[in-house]
Amino acid sequence: MASFIALVLLLQLVGEITVRLLGIPVPGPVIGMLLLFIALSLNGGAPESLSRLADALLSHLALLFVPAGVGVISYLAWLVDDWLPILITLIGSTLIAIATTAFTLRLLMRRGTVKAEDE
Amino acid sequence: MSELTGIWVYLAEQPLLWLTVTVSAYAVAHQLFMASGEFALLNPVLIAVATIVLVLLATDTPYATYFTGAQFVHFLLGPATVLLAVPLYTQAKQLRKQWLPLGAALLVGSTAAITSAVAIGFVLGLDQSVLISLMPKSATTPIAMAVAEQLNGQASLTAVFVIFTGITGAVAGVPLLRLLGERNADIKGFSLGVAAHGIATARAFQHSRKAGAYAGLGMGLNAALTALLAPAIAWLLGLY
Repeated sequence: MASFIALVLLLQLVGEITVRLLGIPVPGPVIGMLLLFIALSLNGGAPESLSRLADALLSHLALLFVPAGVGVISYLAWLVDDWLPILITLIGSTLIAIATTAFTLRLLMRRGTVKAEDE
Repeated sequence: MSELTGIWVYLAEQPLLWLTVTVSAYAVAHQLFMASGEFALLNPVLIAVATIVLVLLATDTPYATYFTGAQFVHFLLGPATVLLAVPLYTQAKQLRKQWLPLGAALLVGSTAAITSAVAIGFVLGLDQSVLISLMPKSATTPIAMAVAEQLNGQASLTAVFVIFTGITGAVAGVPLLRLLGERNADIKGFSLGVAAHGIATARAFQHSRKAGAYAGLGMGLNAALTALLAPAIAWLLGLY
């Protein structure tokens, strides 16, 4: 387990260094993710303890967004004037984006050969 | 009483207090969510964030002080992003077969996310700079902020919009998809990830590992596409 924690941190570090060296507007951890994906492909699978580590962190991914979410507190004053139209816009637009994405996928997946099972 | 004040002053300066508050608020919110049978409005991120915001306002604690403790949780977003490769790899074979539907849905969803924000905001009379700041709101924070900056929007406003979008997707996404009769985990996950990035991806992971993998993919692809589409759409609409 410890060596996989080290591997994940190392890949993130390599990612951070890469984006800084190349000056590309991609988050460092995303490069780390691509590197891990390549490593898994070369290895032909994910070792058991790496899978467990991923499950542990990703099943509570929601917790990790709490600190950034609380950051909204710093901007509450800015939003006072326009809060209602902004809220309506964000909610409306997000629901439209979810519905259109799902609609397109359903339309094309039904016609395609792949029939994904329900879960 | 002054002894208690002394303890408070000490604790308030220590990372431990706000780290404990963050994890506890989430743990309670998560229990509440599960106990309610996953009632959408009791979304753990929404409840935990709202609770902590109230605590910070009530105790007059600056966000910077809070973050000295919360940063330890926040930091884990990086390793979690790297680890998204694991569920993605597990689904890779199926994803490769679905590249065309996924690509088309990404293009439609991303375009809808950007243009509908501008359209609704315009009708409701929002300023041009707010409209621009709204455009990349479905992309993950660092990309969204970079896009807003590039288009002369307000990046810090965009950061707030991104959070609200994520919470909206996490709260209302699943009920909406249920209303539309959508049962397929791939479709649910991918739609949530495209429209409402990481926070909705976290919601998808609560549903299943598979939905989470599709959401993670949708989030990543939409971040890349938004960086290209938002400037193009802004230019077409004469906003930039």
